[in-house]
Amino acid sequence: MKAPQFFTLAFVLFLGHASIAAEQSSPQSIILASTTSVENSGLLAAILPAFTKETGITVHVLAQGTGQALQTAARDDADLILVHDPEAEQKFIAAGDGIDRRQIAWNDFIVVGPRSDPAHIAGTHDAVAALKAIAGTQAPFVSRGDKSGTDALEHRLWRVAGIDPTEAGEGSWYRDIGGGMGAALNSAQATNAYTISDRGTWLSFGNKGDLTVLAEGDPRLLNRYDVILLNPAKHPVPKQASARRFAEWLLSPEGQAAIGAYKVAGEQLFRPSATAPK
Amino acid sequence: MWAAFETAELGHIVGLSLTVSLSATVVAAVVGLPSGAALAVCRFPGRRMLVLLTNAFLGLPPVVVGLALYLMLSRSGPLGALKLLFTPGAMVLAQAVLATPIITALVHRAIEEPWQEYGGALRLDGATWLRSIRMLLAIARRSVLTAVLAGFGRTVSEVGAVLIVGGNIAGYTRTMTTTIALETSKGNLGLALGLGFILIGITVAVSAAAFVLGERR
Repeated sequence: MKAPQFFTLAFVLFLGHASIAAEQSSPQSIILASTTSVENSGLLAAILPAFTKETGITVHVLAQGTGQALQTAARDDADLILVHDPEAEQKFIAAGDGIDRRQIAWNDFIVVGPRSDPAHIAGTHDAVAALKAIAGTQAPFVSRGDKSGTDALEHRLWRVAGIDPTEAGEGSWYRDIGGGMGAALNSAQATNAYTISDRGTWLSFGNKGDLTVLAEGDPRLLNRYDVILLNPAKHPVPKQASARRFAEWLLSPEGQAAIGAYKVAGEQLFRPSATAPK
Repeated sequence: MWAAFETAELGHIVGLSLTVSLSATVVAAVVGLPSGAALAVCRFPGRRMLVLLTNAFLGLPPVVVGLALYLMLSRSGPLGALKLLFTPGAMVLAQAVLATPIITALVHRAIEEPWQEYGGALRLDGATWLRSIRMLLAIARRSVLTAVLAGFGRTVSEVGAVLIVGGNIAGYTRTMTTTIALETSKGNLGLALGLGFILIGITVAVSAAAFVLGERR
């Protein structure tokens, strides 16, 4: 390639990027910091086209753990948040970062593990007892360890059980993998370990192998998804009008119906709950 | 297994991967070719230090480059006003940072030998630095092409940096490598592996095309 051709190509590519960047900065696209469970389960991909068609607003979704999503928003890098860790959310709002927190949907967490079930927890509705049994038999347990909503729930349950899993089993049966839900499920599947998953990710997960749902139905396993706007008193919020429009759409009868209609393999993943928060 | 993917979606992912990686390679080459040649040809204080640094940066960890750029490009960071974070532009920038030392270091090595051989003649001829560099790059063009391809290899296979500064946004900043990581995390291992083979195929095709073009001249 000769020099003039080379620079022409560089220039064309640069123009291409400039136009992409221009699209990004228009008010018609917003960044939603969300969790892997909502994005990777396919929910947002299923419901966003209807919103975009109605309003012309494109929603760019970042799938992060709840902790990271709140951090991203606190750094002004997202326009609104959709997460599932009530304690972290309250802190975020108390710190003056977030406003107008509303619940949009719920489902539940489940304890999954190998069919052989060495800790004999199958069929229990007591998540804390299940964790105690796992720790008691020193059966392998995979922890997210990434400050996500699921990770926070797991640690709350250990606290209720009165067990410090890091002290009791780090380096042996308690495996903190520092990764997303999918990575944790892959890891549990490969090592015959237990783990805690949100139901949405579990239902849409494609590598279940010998893993199965062993404990469910504990009220402490409730999994609530909240939408939160950024506080204009603390953040520049250049796109708050569009962000609010999306939050309101999620809470509207239309958005709620779209959430409720999303199914994987015939099972409903998220229960809309805007009118009757759990 | 491919049902999860619409052709248009796959097309966008492949297109974005190629656009980002090729743009980053072009940027890295624009910086790296003259810099590498200058390191071989020009004599200035601190040159040895620069050569050493360039070679050390061959091993720049993508995840660290991604994190550093993330902090700079964040809206609350020093370059936040550019509004580049979570856009393809940020991904080009990150990959260019990673590929530039590779191209610079390899071009420096490629030019050293012809410079020793023809440097005296070029100087006698009264050639300027710029002219010397252009002549030497032409003489060593095969090694220079390999340097550029090595840079492209780094960018197209990289996942750590683009994941952090791009955000893996569906239909916007999702590339081949971030899709493979994502599908693996969703337990769709067959699909992830299939995408991996497509990526390898594309890399081979680009390298082969560049190789053929380079041989022809």
